[in-house]
Amino acid sequence: MDVLNLAFVAAVLTSAAPVLYAALGGALCGRAGVFNIALEGQLLWGAFTAVAVSWWSGNPWLGVLAAVAATAVFSLVLAVGAVAFRADPIIVAVGMNLLALGLTGFVMREALGATGTFAPAGLPGLPDLDVLDGVPVLGPVLGRATVLVPLALVLAVVLSLWLARTSIGLRLRGVGEHPEAATSLGVPVTRYQMATVVVAGALCGLGGAQLSLGTVTAFTENMTAGRGWVAVAAVMLAVSRPLWVLGACLLFGAAEAWGFRLQGIGLPQQLTDAAPYLVTLVVLVLSRIRVRRRLRAADPVAAESAAHPETALHPEEPR
Amino acid sequence: MSALGQRLRLGAPAALVPLGAVAVAAAVGAGVMLAAGVNPLLGYEAMFRGALSVSNIDFAVAGFTAILAMSLAFAIPARMGEYNLGGDGQLVAGGIAAAAVALYVPGPAALLLPLCVVAGMLAGGTLASVSAPLSTRAGVPVIISTLLLSTPAVALTSYLVRFPMAQEGSPVPQTPRLPDAAHLPAFPGMSYTNAGLVLVLAVLLVTVYVDARTPVGYEVRVAGANRGFAAYGGLSVPRLTLGTLAAAGAVAGLAGAVIVMSQPFRFIDDALTAPGYTFAGVAAALLAGGRPALLPVTAALFTILSVGSAGMERDVDVPRQLGQVLQAVVILVLALRVLATRWIAARARRAAGGRA
Repeated sequence: MDVLNLAFVAAVLTSAAPVLYAALGGALCGRAGVFNIALEGQLLWGAFTAVAVSWWSGNPWLGVLAAVAATAVFSLVLAVGAVAFRADPIIVAVGMNLLALGLTGFVMREALGATGTFAPAGLPGLPDLDVLDGVPVLGPVLGRATVLVPLALVLAVVLSLWLARTSIGLRLRGVGEHPEAATSLGVPVTRYQMATVVVAGALCGLGGAQLSLGTVTAFTENMTAGRGWVAVAAVMLAVSRPLWVLGACLLFGAAEAWGFRLQGIGLPQQLTDAAPYLVTLVVLVLSRIRVRRRLRAADPVAAESAAHPETALHPEEPR
Repeated sequence: MSALGQRLRLGAPAALVPLGAVAVAAAVGAGVMLAAGVNPLLGYEAMFRGALSVSNIDFAVAGFTAILAMSLAFAIPARMGEYNLGGDGQLVAGGIAAAAVALYVPGPAALLLPLCVVAGMLAGGTLASVSAPLSTRAGVPVIISTLLLSTPAVALTSYLVRFPMAQEGSPVPQTPRLPDAAHLPAFPGMSYTNAGLVLVLAVLLVTVYVDARTPVGYEVRVAGANRGFAAYGGLSVPRLTLGTLAAAGAVAGLAGAVIVMSQPFRFIDDALTAPGYTFAGVAAALLAGGRPALLPVTAALFTILSVGSAGMERDVDVPRQLGQVLQAVVILVLALRVLATRWIAARARRAAGGRA
């Protein structure tokens, strides 16, 4: 394999990683039967906290930890509001996404004294995996990435096995597939769902930290720019299966990395920026048409309700 | 009761709820200002002055026009339970289409004005319409597809004003100034407040009328209340989805057209999306619940929040993003208000000795 292609793989993984963290969180929520479209705001909140704490403490790892903690706390709004008290998850999420956008801009100005972009000289970013330099294949692919990039890939595999092979994973799936049955077996449904939302928040924190301390070392207002929504689309595309989520996110990463390439040969950035979102949408539409066709063959009535957002995230047929 | 009303669970003391949400948001805002070391009374005074003082009201009314239109763009599909969050994309699509017609089609004002407005509405409506078959035929929820279409639309218009439609030699990515024939006539003594306000108010009246008094409005509300029942009753849900989304996109496109046909009469990159009209409109629509006639009131409130917060930033140095934060708080309070009602109901049940 030549170096150019390995460099492309590296770019794909770096582009995919933040979306992958958010999408894995969304997939867990989907499996637990929680509709989580607050991924965009949580990703942004994580990205901001990571940069702010890294700047104040001088230690990027503290930034990562803070991002995980702060985003988990932020996700309690969804956990308490939409899960414990059954408020409308869509409206809660719309509020959370807007809150993250406003609050990050507000605190950036008020506490960091910056507008638009915060990227001071000496802002500590996460280190590259220099140790891999000289290792064939792994060196060129991961040598310029942070440890959060391979961790995201590993997490996708681990979560997939965890859902399939562990008893807690089984209970989590049970909670999403049939809450009444889970309850009758003594599984605390609400507690499982709330915990899942908080774990998803923590994952978004990691994704945000990778975005603002790994992919770049800066925070820009609204820097997630729809990545959280791509994650929602990836979850839907994968019907909440972690390995498929990985595939969907790699597709997004490939579209973005390919866009950077095309910019290199002179295509305007504004056009290549649009491509990953369109690719995601087109693939999502194609996959949903397939799912629908299969559902319709099995149960024509249920297939009609498949357009409802809440049911479109779950691997089981809508009831 | 409308779909949105049901989703928000508007109960009997319906008027208390929006007022309560605004009160909570105002209290949160006061807390944030105190934390930032600013007297909240001065902060809110600066906010109101920023929107309503004699020198600012002209600009604020233009903001109101845009926010009212965007609140309609969210509220119309919400009547049947669909969420249009792609307002930004529809807004810029309308703006760029109007600018293109104005720049490339020569003609007198009598021809150009309606042509630009119609082009903007068509562009916004077409973009939003794409989400209808994606939902009804492919099963991709409207809330996802409108958002995923919005980002590329914004990027594409950004490309257009930077390259093919750019003004040569300008340091800012923007189109040339539109010809005089494409300037919406302004109110006497005003420069920003113009015929756009009349157009959007007309759309509001039509919406309120269609919603309350026509069979189509009734069908949309039935589909919102119970989609299965609507289909069983012979209504075409795909057609209603297409219709409401096209109408929503057209109103957003109208807002975009009005903005570029007003001072400074150009499509400037970022100028349409940066003020956050779309989500101010979403917040206004949610606050109005399922009552379109209330939209002007809630839109005015969020205009003061978003236009006024710029004045607040100028006068007392509180970042303008506070306006966005307060919008979010209003939305969250509206959504989480069930916490309070659930808690009260649970207590009542417990008092009655029943099981939860």
